[in-house]
Amino acid sequence: MSTTSLAARRLRQNLVFALFRVLMLIVMGALGGILLYVLIHGAGALSWEFLTEPPKNSMTEGGIFPAIMGTIYLTVGAILVALPLGVAAAIYLSEYASEGKVLQVVRLGIQNLAGVPSVVFGLFGLALFVGYFKLGISIAAGSLTLGLLILPTVIGAAEEALRQVPDTFREASLGLGATRWQTIRKVVLPAALPGILTGSILGIGRAAGETAPIMFTAATFYTIGLPRSPLDEVMALPYHIYVLATAGTHIEATRPLQYGTVLVLISLVLGLSMVAIIIRTKMRKTKKW
Amino acid sequence: MVSATAPASAAAQAAAGTESPIIEVSGLDFYYGDFKALTNIEMNVKRNQVTALIGPSGCGKSTFLRLLNRMNDLIPGTRVEGSVVMEGVDLYGQGVDPVDVRRRVGMVFQKPNPFPKTIYNNVAYGPRLHGVKDHKRLDSLVERSLKASAIWDEVKDILHQSALGLSGGQQQRLCIARAIAMEPEVLLMDEPTSALDPIATGRIEELVKELKLRYTVIIVTHNMQQAARVSDETAFFYMGKLVEMGDTEGIFTRPNKEQTEDYITGRFG
Amino acid sequence: MMQFPQAQALRVDKADSLAEAVSGRRGMTSTQREVWIRRLFILAGFFSVIVMALIVLFLFKEGLGLFFDASVSDFLFGEFWYPTYDPPDFGILPLIAGSVAVTALSSFIAVPLGVGAALYLGEVAGNRAREILKPAVELLAGLPSVVLGFVGMVVLAPLMQEWWDIPTGLNVFNASIMLAIMAIPTIASISEDALHAVPRDLQEASLALGATRLETLTRIMVPGAMSGIGTAVILGMSRAMGETMVVLMVAGGAAQIPGSIFDSVRPLPATIAAEMGETPFGSEHYHALFAIGIVLFLLTLGFNLVAAYISHRFQQRGAATL
Repeated sequence: MSTTSLAARRLRQNLVFALFRVLMLIVMGALGGILLYVLIHGAGALSWEFLTEPPKNSMTEGGIFPAIMGTIYLTVGAILVALPLGVAAAIYLSEYASEGKVLQVVRLGIQNLAGVPSVVFGLFGLALFVGYFKLGISIAAGSLTLGLLILPTVIGAAEEALRQVPDTFREASLGLGATRWQTIRKVVLPAALPGILTGSILGIGRAAGETAPIMFTAATFYTIGLPRSPLDEVMALPYHIYVLATAGTHIEATRPLQYGTVLVLISLVLGLSMVAIIIRTKMRKTKKW
Repeated sequence: MVSATAPASAAAQAAAGTESPIIEVSGLDFYYGDFKALTNIEMNVKRNQVTALIGPSGCGKSTFLRLLNRMNDLIPGTRVEGSVVMEGVDLYGQGVDPVDVRRRVGMVFQKPNPFPKTIYNNVAYGPRLHGVKDHKRLDSLVERSLKASAIWDEVKDILHQSALGLSGGQQQRLCIARAIAMEPEVLLMDEPTSALDPIATGRIEELVKELKLRYTVIIVTHNMQQAARVSDETAFFYMGKLVEMGDTEGIFTRPNKEQTEDYITGRFG
Repeated sequence: MMQFPQAQALRVDKADSLAEAVSGRRGMTSTQREVWIRRLFILAGFFSVIVMALIVLFLFKEGLGLFFDASVSDFLFGEFWYPTYDPPDFGILPLIAGSVAVTALSSFIAVPLGVGAALYLGEVAGNRAREILKPAVELLAGLPSVVLGFVGMVVLAPLMQEWWDIPTGLNVFNASIMLAIMAIPTIASISEDALHAVPRDLQEASLALGATRLETLTRIMVPGAMSGIGTAVILGMSRAMGETMVVLMVAGGAAQIPGSIFDSVRPLPATIAAEMGETPFGSEHYHALFAIGIVLFLLTLGFNLVAAYISHRFQQRGAATL
């Protein structure tokens, strides 16, 4: 029956699988190349001073402390917005929703919100929070905008965390006479907490790296000192990189600091990702169910 | 529903059981990681007969079956020691390609698993793998296989419809047709009727008795009555060991080992 | 409404008549409270839908102002984007062309690499390799777009300029490469999930018939995962189209229809980001930028709805049913 010999088929498999390996290598090469390049060029700029001092001398010297703080303020604000709303929506999806048109519409809404470009979020934030709510260009406006941006991320992770809680827990609680909400509050949510935490960390990481949503809602090139209220403008790492690299007054001279800022931002984002991954793997190993 | 090659196979049937065994298993040990799932299996499988493997859940009969077509190779961390010789070739020998083994040893699974393709394309899948492209040749192969699986009349007008539209019993017969389109020498069946209703089960049992005219069939079943109805030889497995093997009537009426008797009379299992 | 005896026992301090329940939370029976809590969570679920509606509302509120003076077809098909001239030109055809060019080219690069990576991870990689490489792809997904824009601008552009002796390294090609890097993880992870979802017993059936792993992959698994892979590609393209910082920093900024891949362009998101900072609040230019936002929003919405449709429609292929 063998008109195409087995050897030929084996050869074809080996060639094609080798091709897949090459493609994967290219992708990993891109990742590795970028990280290595930034590390090499940015490590030189890193120092305690860089991380804790404000910029001096038209940004050619000094540090990026205000930008770091600004990013922290913005991301904390964002998660304060996204976490309650996201977990509540996830509770709906996991605990209260029943199949039907309503659920379909909700899911569609979340999926499409996830697909909205970040610059459109920026425009939306500008129109709604900066303009309509009259918050002006401020941490508040930026945090609200970022919070909406990361909402689908938080919802997704929280929903998965809730779904992983075994139904037997819920049944046991309801069987003892607890109401649905009591069950969620006392049994399901606590059990899902590590997963929700992971999702929050991923959301924070995402928010920290975004530029377009804060460009017209919160960020500015230079502030004197740190912001004093949520209605103040703020510096932020991604925006700082952008401006220094494209529109600052001393683009070439500040290049080392640009690399340094990029390195700090990458470290922050990747560091958060790794923390989330570690928590997730640890959870899987120590789970008692 | 007699197969087209009845005369030739009647002769084969007459010779069945008297020739050399088609598969000889010697000293077979099988490990899942550190766990020894099968110990020192020695078995000769007679040609053109139906051999049934019975035993309680977890005794290793399905594991053993899957060793015969090297499907366990797909599970990481497993180890095989000993030999499985078919027509003079050790299936686990150096330089033997599992893909080639599976061409010669076909398998039908517990849950029918037709591809989401047309009935025709399901049966033609195997031959096409081997480069058979000629339309007419494929057509006749498909027809032959479907006839040999006692399903031709039911599907001959809907060959180009999706296989997923068939009933469970029909799907299983389609899977049998798909397996024998490869013209294997041995056909392995892993509890092929456990997911089917009694009528479909009956049809497949009838089919098995016909299939042995052309193939050697090894069937795992947890249903002792089925083993008694369908097989010529029966092997009883318990806790990873082959406890007893012999002609079916003998095993069921005058078992030699006490364990065999306990299982057959329902004292455990 | 049924009264559960246990619920009443838990709330001895609260009155539990229907009349008192109507007048406020205190005194509601637990069942009635549950109803309100349920409603609250349904509302929380709808929040995303509400936000989407608000986005549409505000985009249109700020963007429609443009069309009092200019016509929609002048806007969409006009060939000149000179918003700061007097009188200004608000034709976004060159901007759309720029977006199309970078989205198309980046997809050409990203789809083979992303699907190839997915096939590698799904079928070729051993367990240990997969354990390292799958998180690595996730890491790639986490790289902020401004970082990719920076690398494209500072590293790739000068290299390109030198290698091919072109006037500028900030062009369609550069932007497409960096956008592809952003899209690849999306394409790879959704495709890999789709491959993983193909039922195992179909794989086994194919292998048992003497197929090699490659043949099983190409004849059974990839066709079975096709809708998922299609979704992955469309979502990847949508991502490339909506990305801002990369195109802002790397695509060159010239509002022109590109003639070659070495031309500079100014895709839609880049235009918004580049010009909004200098635009007076409420001016015509301001409305024009919001109008671009509407176009961008509708384009990505279209992509995402197509992806959702594909993944929903082909949900039920695969396993044999009894």
